[in-house]
Amino acid sequence: MADDTTVDPVEGQVLDGNAVGGLLATAFGAEMTEVPGECAHCGTVSMVGELRAYVRAPGTVLRCPACSGVVLRVVETPNATLIDVRGAAYLRFERR
Amino acid sequence: MNPIAWRLATVTAVRDETPTVRSFSLSIPEWGGHRPGQHVDLRLTAEDGYSVERSYSIASEPERAGVIDLTVERIDDGEVSPFLHDVVAAGDRIEVRGPIGGYFVWEALGSMATEPLFLVAGGSGVVPLMAMLRHRARSGAHNPTRLLFSSRHLEEVIYRDELDSLAATNDGLEVVHTLTRSQPAGWMGYDRRIDDRMIAEVLAPLGMGSRSFICGPTALVEVAANALVRLGLPGDRIRTERFGPTGT
Ligand SMILES: [Zn+2]
Repeated sequence: MADDTTVDPVEGQVLDGNAVGGLLATAFGAEMTEVPGECAHCGTVSMVGELRAYVRAPGTVLRCPACSGVVLRVVETPNATLIDVRGAAYLRFERR
Repeated sequence: MNPIAWRLATVTAVRDETPTVRSFSLSIPEWGGHRPGQHVDLRLTAEDGYSVERSYSIASEPERAGVIDLTVERIDDGEVSPFLHDVVAAGDRIEVRGPIGGYFVWEALGSMATEPLFLVAGGSGVVPLMAMLRHRARSGAHNPTRLLFSSRHLEEVIYRDELDSLAATNDGLEVVHTLTRSQPAGWMGYDRRIDDRMIAEVLAPLGMGSRSFICGPTALVEVAANALVRLGLPGDRIRTERFGPTGT
């Protein structure tokens, strides 16, 4: 890949779940990047901020860093936000 | 206030960091503060209603109340950064929401205030790490800290003077540069891309009790994180950010 700083992260790069924290906070109504979730495909537990984020898919797709399985998918339409959580065995929200 | 709500921020200052990188100070009404490493989303909306959002790391320390700095690299074919660079001036207003993220955060609190801190940056990946370093300086922390910073050319080193001054205060911070494309005459620093050996050498004085934050392009992040894992740093002490919040 190109050196250092020249890469357009949206066009060509995988981001972290952290980078789409604003979208996820809107979708879930909570800060999500430190929320642990278990990948339903392989059982790896990752914080949402650690998932691999693909923002050029239809919607935003978050994949497991271990097995690349889709853990979360968020699609915004003009009237609704769709959250596909089939790839997450669970998401753990701490009560504060 | 709800961090998810969009608010109108006012640009209070614009300054050049390097030929392609600028910092913008934003005054945000009812800003509740942030944690070093967090980012904000910016939204630009055209007259026809088309809007585009990008996420940018906060560069400033939370001790500055009501104002944040963003440092943005101009990506020529980007949708947002050329507008920020070419159009936005002091007095303009921009929609902002945040702060966002809790995963890539370092604060001088609890054990983090004393544990060694190992920061690795590529290019504008230094921005969230700068928020940590500015906060660290303001908080008076003296924990052993090293920043390994990869840039292409010396004149592209973001925050160069400020990093020099921070490192000159003898509070435990050392900054190690690598210049990957060109080096000035007499350059004593590294002159290649970050690799396993470089990570091992720069980490060595800090030891395996370090916490590590890595931000930059994907390839750099993977090389640095994998090197740390191979060296034996526990995975839960390595936090990475793949060039996200310094988007286009
Ligand atoms: Zn998995």
